[in-house]
Amino acid sequence: MSVEQMAMPQLGESVTEGTISQWLVSVGDEVKKYDPIAEVTTDKVNAEIPSSFSGKITALLVGEGDTLPVGEPICAIEVEGTEPAIEKLAKSTSAARNLTETEQQDTSMKKRYSPAVLRLAQEHSIDLETLEGTGRSGRITRKDVEQYIASGQATDKIQKKEETTSEQPGAACFSEAVAKAASKPTPAPRQYQNEAGDHVVALTGVRRAIATNMVRSKHEIPHAWTMIEVDVTNLVNYRNQIKGTFLKKEGHKLTYLPFFIKAIVAALKEFPRINSTWAGDKIIEKKAVNISLAVAADEALYVPVIKNADEKSIKGLAFAVDELASNVRENRLSPNDMQGGTFTVNNTGSFGSVQSQPIINYPQAAILSIESIVKRPVVVNDMIAIRDMVNLCISIDHRVLDGLITGRFLARVKELLENINPENTPIY
Amino acid sequence: MPVISYIEAVTQAIDEEMNRDENVFVLGEDVGKRGGVFQATKGLYEKYGENRVIDTPLAESAIAGVGIGAAMYGMRPVAEMQFSDFMLPAANQIISEAAKTRYRSNNDWSVPLTIRAPFGGGVHGGLYHSQSMEAIFANVPGLKIVIPSTPYDVKGLLKASIRDNDPVIFFEHKRAYRLIKGEVPETDYVVPLGKADIKREGTDVTVITYGLMVHYALQAADKLAQEGISTHILDLRTVYPLDKEAIIEAARKTGKVLLLTEDTKEGSVISEVAAIIAEHCLFDLDAPVRRLAAPDAPAMPYAGPLEHAFMVKPEQVENQIRDLAEF
Repeated sequence: MSVEQMAMPQLGESVTEGTISQWLVSVGDEVKKYDPIAEVTTDKVNAEIPSSFSGKITALLVGEGDTLPVGEPICAIEVEGTEPAIEKLAKSTSAARNLTETEQQDTSMKKRYSPAVLRLAQEHSIDLETLEGTGRSGRITRKDVEQYIASGQATDKIQKKEETTSEQPGAACFSEAVAKAASKPTPAPRQYQNEAGDHVVALTGVRRAIATNMVRSKHEIPHAWTMIEVDVTNLVNYRNQIKGTFLKKEGHKLTYLPFFIKAIVAALKEFPRINSTWAGDKIIEKKAVNISLAVAADEALYVPVIKNADEKSIKGLAFAVDELASNVRENRLSPNDMQGGTFTVNNTGSFGSVQSQPIINYPQAAILSIESIVKRPVVVNDMIAIRDMVNLCISIDHRVLDGLITGRFLARVKELLENINPENTPIY
Repeated sequence: MPVISYIEAVTQAIDEEMNRDENVFVLGEDVGKRGGVFQATKGLYEKYGENRVIDTPLAESAIAGVGIGAAMYGMRPVAEMQFSDFMLPAANQIISEAAKTRYRSNNDWSVPLTIRAPFGGGVHGGLYHSQSMEAIFANVPGLKIVIPSTPYDVKGLLKASIRDNDPVIFFEHKRAYRLIKGEVPETDYVVPLGKADIKREGTDVTVITYGLMVHYALQAADKLAQEGISTHILDLRTVYPLDKEAIIEAARKTGKVLLLTEDTKEGSVISEVAAIIAEHCLFDLDAPVRRLAAPDAPAMPYAGPLEHAFMVKPEQVENQIRDLAEF
């Protein structure tokens, strides 16, 4: 048994509604298919409506004199032996709902941006990665962006995003930022008046990245600074002794830098805390020792990386330094060359400097600069002697490092450098 | 304000214009004594007499031709094509003469003719009584094509068409004749030609349409409002030339556009709307522009279930809007 409904039929062209002028049946009456059940008046005709089913009238849904649109139910008839239409409908609806639910897990459209979304994101400097999409499959809709802008979060979120990046363990560093520089929004600079004759230098991407990262490092990292002086007379003698042969055999100049790096790397292996990074709620000591080397070019400063510096001999380091320097000069650095540094060495001595306060290469924990080697009168065994002296300056992240451990690290570097000789420091 | 039907608004507009200007007269098949097959000119014959309400032979080319000639001599004829499906014999008169006379005569002559034509399906009219003819004329500069959706617009636009100094084709939807009722002032007013109208303000999806489909869109919008989907509805009202500004503004409003017509899809009026949006709104679009229309089949079938399958249905409109909103 099931209940079927009879609908107001369409009686002629352009007829869209009808008026029940008289019911020919009452509730409880048995009707056969095609029996007239009601009289209907329209603009055009008067007609009898035939029943579409055989069964018992269970309800008259409209009264005599009522006008209703074509297709609206007028009465209910109980019919034997058909599946109620309503159940079928319910089944298909629930199937459809299940489909929608599975769809919502899917985020395949998260990065499909419409022209409107891209334009808004650009106009308001919004990093779309930080937005949640409410569209199908996680798509960020124009409305999502508009709501985000309306909520006033647009500028706040940019800062927050930078903070989260800074807390990412180790991976990010200044040099990577250089590669990404172009896409990073920078705060609008103050307006300066330039006077007659001033030369206005437009910022290059690299300059802008240097500025951003220096500011970030100084803002976020509490810098502390210290300096030691090291007697490198032995090193100078050793290097003078072999540099001619080295050039002849290897075709490369042998500078002091590989020796310094070698000593620093050895000390870093003993004091892994120096070779670490601040990660917000923890400190991460890096296993790899990758030395970032500050290399100056005419208009910029690059910090390419000598990967796994602890696995290299003096010769290996010398070659690596040379290669990086020539890559910088010939503008052949790839973003990959600048990634993954864990500690930075800055050869300020090459400019004649005897003291400097380097800014840490974010997010590393320390940076060391090697000053000029100069001959100075010093007291050795209560006698005045002329020695080759060098200052080593170090800036540290005081969240990660304290004076004590830094002092021990520097003392170890000093010890290694002062005791260099052909026996303990082979070239190969 | 009295509530009257769409077709009553037609009659009222003609009546008021005939009363206002003695140059206005009506001609067409069965428009006189019979009052028109749909009763659109009911009572006018009795009121204005056989000289101003003229029954013509079954010759659409002649109805248009007589109208053009009379219009060129300063009359304001309102010619009725009994069904828009029968307009094609008059196409040469309309396209090659009415539309071009002002241009061809260097402004010496004009054709202030209004051609009324019932169109549209869903009335069990079969192949020759269900067609949408607007696209055939909607690329003929010199013509204006008006398709109202509400009784208020019918009266205001028909009066504006009769007063316009150039030919206007005024398509009336057969199914809307008695289905659509609305408040219409008894006062004299006109609705400007060439201006689209926002029938509903919304923020999620824009529907641009005309004719009966405006009501399908409104119905769908009501339902969807309960689901929290807000629909913006623009009624084109004049489908040629199009109100570009209004189209661009409506498309920009939400960036998600559903174009809706009862006509078959390819080369329909909404295809031109889609082109306008593509030309002007790229950076405001948040979803591909979508068209909902009848299938590209030769004609509206006569059989009920097939006619139902062919016609755009309110549920389809609702589903498409929802789909766009969720995109």
